[in-house]
Amino acid sequence: MSPELLMGNHAIAAGAIRAGVGVVTGYPGTPSSEILETVVKRNPGDIYAEWSVNEKVALEVAAGAAYAGVRSMVTMKQVGLNVASDPLMSLAYIGVKGGMVVVVADDPGPISSQTEQDTRTFAGYARLPVFDPVSPEEAFEMIQDAFELSERLGTPVLFRPTTRVCHGYAPIEVGTRTREPGAGTFEKDSRWVIFPRLSYTSHKAIEERLPVLAGELSSYRFNVVEEVRGGTLEHDPARAVTRGIATGGVTYAYARESLSVLRADCRVLKVGTPHPFPADLAERFLGGIDEVLVLEELDPVIERELLMLAAERRVPVTILGKRSGHVGRAGENTVESVTAAIAALLGIDAPAAPTCSGAPEPPARPPVLCAGCPHRASFYAVKRAMRGKKAVFSGDIGCYTLGNAAPLEMVDTCLCMGAGVTIAQGLERAEPDATHFAFIGDSTFFHSGIPGVVNAVYNGTDIVLVVLDNSTTAMTGHQTHPGLGRTAQGEVAEKIAIAPVLQALGVRHIESCDPMQLAEAEAAVNRAVEAGGVSAIIFESPCIAVTAPGPMYAVDQELCTDCQVCIQRLGCPAIVRSGGVVSIDTTLCYGCSICAQVCPTGAIGVAR
Amino acid sequence: MSITTVVLAGVGGQGTILAGDVLAKVAVAEGHDVKLSEVHGMAQRGGSVETFVRFGAQVFSPVVDQGVADHLIAFEMTEATRTLRYLRPGGTLVVNRRVMASLPVLIGDVPAPDGLEAALSSEGAIFLDAEALACEAGSPRSANIVLMGAASYGLPFDTTTWERVIGERVPPKTVEANLRAFHLGRDACAEGACVL
Repeated sequence: MSPELLMGNHAIAAGAIRAGVGVVTGYPGTPSSEILETVVKRNPGDIYAEWSVNEKVALEVAAGAAYAGVRSMVTMKQVGLNVASDPLMSLAYIGVKGGMVVVVADDPGPISSQTEQDTRTFAGYARLPVFDPVSPEEAFEMIQDAFELSERLGTPVLFRPTTRVCHGYAPIEVGTRTREPGAGTFEKDSRWVIFPRLSYTSHKAIEERLPVLAGELSSYRFNVVEEVRGGTLEHDPARAVTRGIATGGVTYAYARESLSVLRADCRVLKVGTPHPFPADLAERFLGGIDEVLVLEELDPVIERELLMLAAERRVPVTILGKRSGHVGRAGENTVESVTAAIAALLGIDAPAAPTCSGAPEPPARPPVLCAGCPHRASFYAVKRAMRGKKAVFSGDIGCYTLGNAAPLEMVDTCLCMGAGVTIAQGLERAEPDATHFAFIGDSTFFHSGIPGVVNAVYNGTDIVLVVLDNSTTAMTGHQTHPGLGRTAQGEVAEKIAIAPVLQALGVRHIESCDPMQLAEAEAAVNRAVEAGGVSAIIFESPCIAVTAPGPMYAVDQELCTDCQVCIQRLGCPAIVRSGGVVSIDTTLCYGCSICAQVCPTGAIGVAR
Repeated sequence: MSITTVVLAGVGGQGTILAGDVLAKVAVAEGHDVKLSEVHGMAQRGGSVETFVRFGAQVFSPVVDQGVADHLIAFEMTEATRTLRYLRPGGTLVVNRRVMASLPVLIGDVPAPDGLEAALSSEGAIFLDAEALACEAGSPRSANIVLMGAASYGLPFDTTTWERVIGERVPPKTVEANLRAFHLGRDACAEGACVL
């Protein structure tokens, strides 16, 4: 059978299916989203998969299935684990019956995230085992091991790929299932009800189990010591070395490439389970080594473990890494950064990377709201309504965070999922003479926006809630949510409309309108501001990725005065200007018409 | 242990992801170890995007540093200059002769870069007009496949493998147009390379 080219996230899904997963839940978040989507695509028909309303809910649904003995998996990005941390911390004590893997994708860089938190550190905090794959190939194998370990120990297990593993591709042979999912049976028992006494007993048992598990993991196939000579594993391993590299995750791949480029001699410790740390293996790695360079992304997890190990077992060795200042504390590693650190360790010259001389660095090209994006119209309508008035615009997580860029400049705050509606309330308490807007997307509204609205109504806060309802979870790749009437598996579902939800929560002034009708949208904003209390506007217009384009627009050059109002107010990437001529790029225009609505000379219209 | 590294650079929405997928699948079909890396999410929305494809007997790193790439296939000229640092001296530089102004340039926050074509020319770029060739092929959206055709000229793979992978990867109704696009790109690159 020839291998398939699989993305790391595809590989994780394929591995979970192979291992007999029966229930898969998650909330979308880059770089994790394709895992659940792939389970849906490759579903042999006996797996239940859902986009849950948020990560806490997703983890609890998966835990319930695992209580009944069904193997379950829950997927999220690293900040999603913060939302799910309440159930996870308790679940660590309660345990599971069916294997349960909590997949949390970390994002060093960060490339598409709010934080550079490290799920390996979280695993230590929660006292849970964690797997850290190097590559898509390894992720495919390791996720299956994670299910086995989880079920054998009766504990949820964390699985932590990083962006370069999630969104890297490699050839993989998937093969057939080793186990069928099957139905579960919930056996009633006091073990499923958490009480302080049970927590104490469980905590004690977990602490007793961890060192035993660490011992076992010292012989786990993905925790290894490698003797690299001349950059490869093929030379005489007996040739003595006194320098070592300890690493894990994708950084292991960078380190091996560096050693290959440098043709260096070195001992390498590759850690696939950072918690519990395979201390016995690490002690063998340290034998005869004077200096160890630890190469890892995010927190100095392996570094701390080696420092503790060296102290506890009295190993005379110097540990270099993030804590010692030998490698950077934040951001991603690269082959280049790793090569420089290794060359310094080994006292050899790093080859200067030859490069083409090239032109000077061109201006940055930040991501932007797409041409035709309804958020542009919504932001512009609010901006126009609040011209010359004191107003603060709290934003949230989604494509609409991009509304902070010039020329819209309509996102003054962004913190975490659901925080726009609540930050606005605090701002209103501090600065009551300004109008406080809270923008929130439809998926984010269901995720964690609703409690904030309840709080605003209950505590009598004056805010204008603006729901940007584009009928999808756009940023992460157009996943379903409760407002759409469709499930992750493509089945028809009860559609939960936002306006009746707000009405039930006690919001008095609620108006739904199409932001693409700019004048009406602006009038609706004015009415919401005047209403006082908690008022809400729901701007309803679908994301361009889930709707057909309208007719293309064009600039009539006889009427255009090159005033550039369209460009300066809207910042639409389809409106371009070259040699003093403004025109519309037909490959980008989606026919939203808002440029025609702002043009003061009537020069923009449907292309003939 | 020889690894070939290809960088595809462009603007989010130009189809670099599909192009990289096709290239990587061709390399897998020809029996190589392959690593591909790309960006998703926030960065994709009209921002600069880079896809790395590396193949050989054993590939470790999925990402690329400066001076490592053997081939740089740029879907846009500004992005070509931005990513030129990846290309090793003597590497192949294929550039789509298109400029897309970024939003800060459009609204006048920063000046438009000038002299792009001259700078790229001096690096030995082979230029082609992928959008025009795509239109000629009958599918204006297949500019990315035109560029894969151009890339194929310098890569060690059979055209039949390319044709099979493209046939499997693009929408069924567009297969013929995409295959034409592929060959137009390949021929254009061959001519460009001859001129040099």
